[in-house]
Formats: sequence, structure tokens, C-alpha cells
Amino acid sequence: MTQSAQTSRLNNRGLIDRSQLLDFTFDGVPYTGYAGDTLASALLANGVRLVGRSFKYHRPRGILTAGSEEPNALVELRSGARREPNTRATVAELFGGLEAKSQNRFPSLSLDLLAINGLVSPFLSAGFYYKTFMWPAAFWEKLYEPMIRRAAGLGRAAPEQDPDSYDKATAYCDVLVVGSGPSGLMAALSAARAGARVILADESFAFGGRLLSDARTVDGKSGADWVASVIAELKSFPGVKLMSRTTVFGAYDTGTFGAVERVADHVAIPAAGVPRQRLWRIVAKHSVIAQGAGERPIVFGNNDRPGVMLASAVRTYINRFGVAPGGTAVVFSNNDEAASTIQDLVSAGVTVAGLVDTRTSLPPAIKSLARKHGIRVFEGAVVADALGGSRVTGARIIASYGAPQTVACDLIAVSGGFNPNLQVTTHQGSRPQWRDDLAAFVPGALPKGMAVSGSAKGTYGLASCLKEGAQVGAAAAAAGGFVATAAAIPTADDEPAEVSAFWHVDSSKHKAFVDQQNDVTAADVRLAEREGFQSVEHLKRYTTLGMATDQGKTSNINGLAMLAALTGKTIPATGVTAARPPYTPVALGALAGEHRDKHFKPTRLTPSHDWAKERGAVFIETGLWLRAQYFPKPGETDWLTTVCREVSTVRNSVGVCDVSTLGKIEIHGTDAGKFLDRVYINMMSTLGVGKARYGMMLREDGIAMDDGTAARFADDHYFITTTTANAIKVLQHLEFCRQWHWPDLDVQIVPVSDQWAQYSVAGPRARDLLAKIVDAPFDISNAAFPYMAVAELTVLGGIKARLYRLSFSGEMAYEIGVPARHGDLLMRTLMSKGEEFGVTPYGTEALGVMRIEKGHVAGPELNGTTTCADLGLGKMASTKKDFVGRILSQRPGLADPNRPRVVGFKPVDKSARLRGGAHFIAKDAEPVAKNDLGFMTSVAFSPSLGHWVGLGFLAGAESRMGEILRAVDPVRNSDILVEVVSPVFYDGEGARLRV
Amino acid sequence: MRIHCPHCGERSLDEFSYLGDAVVRPDPASPNAQEAFYTYGYERSNVAGPMQELWYHAAGCHAWLVVTRDTRTHEILEVKSAHEVALARQKVAGTAQ
Repeated sequence: MTQSAQTSRLNNRGLIDRSQLLDFTFDGVPYTGYAGDTLASALLANGVRLVGRSFKYHRPRGILTAGSEEPNALVELRSGARREPNTRATVAELFGGLEAKSQNRFPSLSLDLLAINGLVSPFLSAGFYYKTFMWPAAFWEKLYEPMIRRAAGLGRAAPEQDPDSYDKATAYCDVLVVGSGPSGLMAALSAARAGARVILADESFAFGGRLLSDARTVDGKSGADWVASVIAELKSFPGVKLMSRTTVFGAYDTGTFGAVERVADHVAIPAAGVPRQRLWRIVAKHSVIAQGAGERPIVFGNNDRPGVMLASAVRTYINRFGVAPGGTAVVFSNNDEAASTIQDLVSAGVTVAGLVDTRTSLPPAIKSLARKHGIRVFEGAVVADALGGSRVTGARIIASYGAPQTVACDLIAVSGGFNPNLQVTTHQGSRPQWRDDLAAFVPGALPKGMAVSGSAKGTYGLASCLKEGAQVGAAAAAAGGFVATAAAIPTADDEPAEVSAFWHVDSSKHKAFVDQQNDVTAADVRLAEREGFQSVEHLKRYTTLGMATDQGKTSNINGLAMLAALTGKTIPATGVTAARPPYTPVALGALAGEHRDKHFKPTRLTPSHDWAKERGAVFIETGLWLRAQYFPKPGETDWLTTVCREVSTVRNSVGVCDVSTLGKIEIHGTDAGKFLDRVYINMMSTLGVGKARYGMMLREDGIAMDDGTAARFADDHYFITTTTANAIKVLQHLEFCRQWHWPDLDVQIVPVSDQWAQYSVAGPRARDLLAKIVDAPFDISNAAFPYMAVAELTVLGGIKARLYRLSFSGEMAYEIGVPARHGDLLMRTLMSKGEEFGVTPYGTEALGVMRIEKGHVAGPELNGTTTCADLGLGKMASTKKDFVGRILSQRPGLADPNRPRVVGFKPVDKSARLRGGAHFIAKDAEPVAKNDLGFMTSVAFSPSLGHWVGLGFLAGAESRMGEILRAVDPVRNSDILVEVVSPVFYDGEGARLRV
Repeated sequence: MRIHCPHCGERSLDEFSYLGDAVVRPDPASPNAQEAFYTYGYERSNVAGPMQELWYHAAGCHAWLVVTRDTRTHEILEVKSAHEVALARQKVAGTAQ
């Protein structure tokens, strides 16, 4: 196919770079455009008017706007993994090789079979979801929803992972200026000259806002030249950051703003190391919102036909992009901006076939302008319908007098007045205020530190915008402590901006669209009102008006004005729906930033991780940690074989387990013992120096929070451990108790989890192994260092260490801690010195098996609903003192002796496998909820006993010892008989601990 | 949202975690301790307007803070060290006795 020439491109006009010709394709057809074009302007330059199909009715749609408010021209950009749906062609910057596709058409854009939806439209009216597809219910999932999903929709996301990277950054400034139109530029200039740190952000790739779009002069220069001179001056200030392609999409508390910078959206593939987009958090002491105003259309019949365009967009395409969006135009307006539109159209060589103004008496200036160019004027008239199908061929005009007339045209430039772009000012809950003179809402009370300037505030004239910007910018800098004066105001004129409110032409029999993106028509609004949806919030939800990706920027005000007319209320009494962030859609990739895949959360590795990896460990994620789960030997193909070998080695010789992930906290101070008495259920102040004790902490509501050990190294120095999972939570809790409950206690708390590498050395030969690394003269004999002793010592020739004679496995065991940097060395040394004993490293699986064999409770039992009595630790609770959780643990519900308690279970048939989660039912009872007696929490195959063992909670546990129950697991179809036994399966007397 | 930590200066919201109403742990020795603790644990205020709340500077100095925040606007009116507030509270209680 040959490249079509840019037939609608105007000579010698526009801010495009004609030296850079760019190739692109739309629906596979090659076209050319220039650097400085948007996809929309390049399409229009090539005479392409039809760019998409509508959401519900598949109606042909064109380009309505020239900015981020575009409801219609949504396209898919790029291909493969970079395919991106629903991008507005009006903001997509053209680059060489850009592939764009229209959306929501089947099978092609010009022939769309689903346009038949338009014929069945009575069923797709307001609330159709709630009505048509209600019955029969079974049809919903199988028929209705898939059908609606195919028929209605937007673009397709790429199924592959996004190959690009996204970045996040934070910026600080004294004054943030959002928008670089006349007002924003003057605000930035005044603040910068005062010495403030200024950030100027604009969503476009070029600064200047309307100054690029309108044929106006400032200080005797063209708008674009004046903008260039201001930008050049702003660049000379070291404290000014200019951010183009950056949309400030949300305002948050305390001067925090969210912004997305499209760093590499304007190139085919981002350069190496360059992110596609960057999400900014901008922290501004003061802000100036100068986002301008958006033109609103007037609602009339077939107002969605390609060729109906906002008048301000028509001027933008002519002046900024050098494109004639049509050959013959009708201007339909209710305000004075029509004069500029006519002038620009005429100067671009576009025939103006008529000016249709809703006002009965036009200002003389507009009339004489029309007369000068031989333009027919229709006063007090409306365009009732656009004619034509996939492009406009004419306008049917109804005046207050005479018969309807048809005027041939291919462009209808429509303007219903302007809405200040005030969304960002309302993100923190402020409500806009109605101004009758402007027929528009303007910002209401503003959040602290925020100011609004220019059109965004309803100040419309160019000269007024420049002046107000200068003043507001200077005031923002002054509020930040800078000596600021408003920059001198450049010479410019205020254009006339009188408007007479007009929303909707009701004399059409055709579909008249209020919300073009969601296909909500004037008839839908009427229907909703008739059916009682008379609040603006109800109207929105029932019809979906304003709920599309454009957030109703071109439709909300028209919709609520129509509702106001129907209900007989005023517009301010009708009110507006709340605008919420983001101002324009933000890619999920940008919000996720670098937090994806393995980077979603950090991975924590213990000091001897590399050693474990070399050793072939299989790792498991526990919270953020990677822990060795088991260490298979060559030839071991089954995890259970490995784990059984590890357990047996510990029980018969010696094993070493990395327990560095335990939470570790130093407690110092003369009141340390008193403090620990108040946070543990048992006494810690009576603990002797050089001794350790198991301890349990409760939450204030009486539920068990965490368990661990407390070791005392001096009168005023304890060291406590927490479970891996609760390390941070316990620290926070202890700091809370110390700072808020008992500030008078002399206690200091230092988290040292990462400072110590810690290993459990367990088994009958543990002492023999440790004796090889402990420095003389430390006496490690059972007499000198008995069970529950602790000591500070040195190992391996001078490395400081802490030794704790603690056991989780039930064997004679020690935990040894060394500074983290020595962890790897210690582990390797224990392995080499232990060779003669057949030492094995063991992982979390073997650790778990041995703790179940010993009946120790852990995470599955400390599940946030159990008390210490439930856990079989009720007797640990001291009655001689108060502690956190004591009072509320005495509530009748928690103190009930019939609550399920932890007991042990073993299968009656010794070959049967126990299942965690299985529920206990009396032997002869039905397995239904009312017969439920409790459930299994932890199970393991015990190599020491040769069968499965389990722990679980059982109601009336004491009286059921020895009873045979059913353990029913309906999820895995298991129903076996189990015997209720003591939770301690192995060495009930604890003899092996003390040898 | 930005919170001015008395130790670290103004920091972003994500460094802090929130607990709620800055209520004081009741006296466990009082005769109606059971009820007082129940109220303390479960019947906390959630006012519309300025409210004293406890926040924790988790990714900072580990200080607990008493933050006076207008819950309707998120405006932060005052930030104090919880430790100092608690010490002052004890002092007042001591004087009263």
C-alpha cells in the first residue's frame, strides 16, 4: 500500500519539526507525520477521521479533543509484550516506527458487525446490567456475561510480561507548579526569581499549554516564542526542575503529590538503563495548580460522529500541529471563543459554512467578523443533529425561527463553554463551587499550602492569567519565607469570554451522547431520572456516566446540568460527583515500579546462606527469609528420607541447624527484670545471672502473642529471642510498653537480630563437638554448664560468642551465637570438626519434626486465637504479678476450662498418615459441624517412633486421654481413627536434655 | 501524609505505623479492672475531628508518638514523644496522689 500524503497538513504553520519525517502505521496502513505531532494530529494530517468504535454500541468514533480529556480516540500502541491498550491518541507522542491499532472493532474498523448493538440498543439503556440480564440466573455466567464482555470493551493488554522497567523517585521543592500555560509559567518565574526551589510539571511534551494552541501574542512575540524565552530563563536557575511529559495525577495530605513521568513513552524501546516511566512522589511546601480549563461539548443528535470536535481542539490542531481538521466547518457555540475559532479556521483555509450560536443576540464583534468572511450566522439556533455515518457530512440546524436547515460540512466545531480543571484541588475532599457568571464550577476551599491560578480558577483572559500567575507564584514563594515580588506582567490582551449556559439540544430524535466513552445518552439520563435515580451519585452509578477512563472530563457537567433541568433543581443544588486520583490513567507498571517478581519484597539471607547453598540445601521462604528446609545427600530422592536421616542423626549423634532468623533483642537497664516481668506471663526478675528461661508473651486481649527465651547475662542485661515471624512485632510491642505504659522504668531496648548468627548444636555428641571450638579455659562440662545455663565466651581462638544451653529438639543441645560476620566460618568449622561424629546440618523440616515429637507449640498453635491455657502452658502464668494480657485472659470465655487444649494424637493403624487440618469427631458420631471436637494443627512422621504423630486442639482434652476419635479431613478425603495421647511423644521425662 | 517526628524531623507516612486512640492502660489493681481493660481494649474512640493517636516510627527511631490529627482533613496539629507524654502523665498522677 502506498503511503498517503499528509493531505490535511497546512504549510508554514504549527510547532512541528518538518525536518524530522516519522513513519508510523495505523491498523497496518503506513503513514507519515513529523516530530512534535501526537498520534491524533498525525492521523488528522493524513485525513484519517475514524479511529475507533464505541464501548457499547460500536458506533464509529473520531477525535473529539486534543488533550488528555479525550473520550473516543483510544488506541492500542506497539505490539508484542509492549502492547499497551486504551492510550489516548491525543496525548500519544508520535515516534518513528510507532504501531497503532484501533480498538473494539470486529472484524475491522470500517466494517464492524457488532454495530448491530445499536439496533438492540433498547436493551442496553441505563441500568441494563441490572434489568435485562437478571433472569434466568443460570444464564448469567454462561451466556450474558461472555456476550457482554465480547461486545463491550476496550483494548487488550499484552499477555506477556512487560519487558520495560519502571522507576520510583521522590522530589522536594518549595513551590510545585502544575501546568505550564500562561499562568503556570508566570507563577514558576516569580517563585524562581525569589530563589525558591521550583518544580514545573506539564503533562505534554512541550511547555506552554494554550499558548501553543492559540494564535495569541505576548510581549509582541508569538505565544510559542514567549514560552521559549521563559523556559530559557527558568533553566538558568539551579533550583528549578522542569518536568515535561509529567502528569500530576493526585494531591495527597501535607503537600504530597503523585506524578507520573513518561520518560521513554516517546521512543520505540527505552535506551539501556532508562525506565519507561517514573512514578514521582513530589513533596511541596506550596503548590500552584494551573491546569487550565477544559472545553465541554454541547449534547446534540449524533454528536459522536467523527468530525464533531471541540472548538479549542480545532484551534490546537491548526495552530500547534499545522493540521486542518476538516475542509468545511460549522461552528456551534454558546460563547465568545467562537471568534478565535472562526479566525483560525479562515486563516487555515477551511471554509466556515455557518456559525450557530445558542445566544439570541451575538456580540457585534462576532457578527462583523462573520460578515467580513461571508459566514452565515444562525442566532438563537442549535445544531440538532450531525449528519453522516462514519464521518460528518452536514449539520441539521434549527433556529428559533424558520424551518430546519441542512448545511453541508465535514467538521462541526462545538463549544459549550469551559470547565476549570480543578480535579486535583478536590482530591482531599474539597467541594467545588458553582459560578453562574462562568456557568462552571470553580475550586472551593483549598487544602493548606495549595493555590490555584488562571483558567483552573475560572480566570479566563490571557492577560488576567499572566497577572494572576505572577501574583500567586510570588505569594507561594513568600509563604515559604522567600522575599518575592510578582514578575513583571508581559503585555497581552484579555479575549472576550462571555458565555450563556447551554447544555443539551433536546429537539433531536437521534442518539445524543453525554458520555461518549461509556456510551451514555441523553435518553439514558432521562430514563434514570424517571426511574428515581435523581441524586448525581445515583445517576453516575446507574448509567455509568463519568465512570470511564476519562473520568467524565467532557461529560460530567453536561450530565448533571441535564439532571438539574429534569429535577427542577439548580446546578449547585444538584452538586457534582467527587473526582478522585488519578487525574488521568496511570499504568499499573508505574505504580508497581521496581517492586515486582522477586523484588516485590526483599529476600533476607542468613550469614551462612552461601555455605548452605554449596551444601545443596533446599530452601523455603519463611516471611522474608530464605531458610534451609533440608539438606539432601546424593542419592536421596525423597524429602522424607532426608528429613528422617537428619532427625535420626541428631537423636543419635549431633546435628547443626541455622537459627539466625530468630528475633533477638537486648534488654538493658536497672529495671530490665521488672520490665520483663510485666511483658512475660512468667517471672523473669528471679532468673539467675547466667541462666535462661522459656517465656510466653500475651497480647493485651489475653491471647498468646509469641514465645521465646530470655537469658540473663548481668543484673541489668537480658537477651531475649522471639520467633522468626514475630521479631518486628515483638520489638514494636516492647517499645510500646516501655515508652507508653511504663516510661519511668530504666530500660533500653536494642534489636540485634541481624547482629548475631546463631546455630543450634543438638544431639548426644553436641558437647563433644562444641568442646573442639570453645576457647580455654571455658568449662563446658555438664556440671559447670548445665541445662539452661548461658555464658559469654570466645570460640575459635578469640571470636566473641554467646552460648546457651537450650533445646528445642529434646536432645542435649546448645545454641551458639557469634557476630554475624563469623557465622559462615563457624558453620564451616562445626561441619569439619564434626565429621568424626557424623555431624549433619539439618533444616526447618527436621526442626519441625523434633519439636512435634517433643510436643512444643509453634506457629500453627500460636495462631492468634489461643490462650496460654489452650497451649497447655496455663501453669506458667504467674499469680504474683500483673503482666500484659493478664486481666483480659481471665474473661469467662477465655478462662473456660472446656476450651480446646493442645494434646497429642497418634494413628490407631500405625501405617496411617495424619493430616493437618483434620477435625476430631467422636468415634460413633456423624462428621458434621455440631459434633466437632477440635482440629489437628501440626503433624509429622516421627522417625524416632516409626509412625505419624500430631498435635491438635481438643475440647475436654483431659477427660479424653486414651480415647479413640475420628480424624476427618473432607478436603483430602481422609477419615481415620486416632488415639488421644500426651503431646510429648519422645523422652517424656526430659532425661536426654540434662545429660 | 507527612509526620514531623520530634527526633527525626518531617518524614513520609510510610515510615510510620498506626495504632489508634491514645488511651492509657488502666490500673490492673483497681476493683473494676476487668471492665476497664475491656473498655481500653475494645471501646476506643474514633472521633470525627481532632484526635490524639498513637503512631510508631517503625522505619526511623522506633519512637512511639502522640499525634494530634484531624481525622476529617488529615491535618496534623501536634506531634509529641509518647514517652514524654507518658512521663508527664505519671508526674501529674503522682502529684494528685
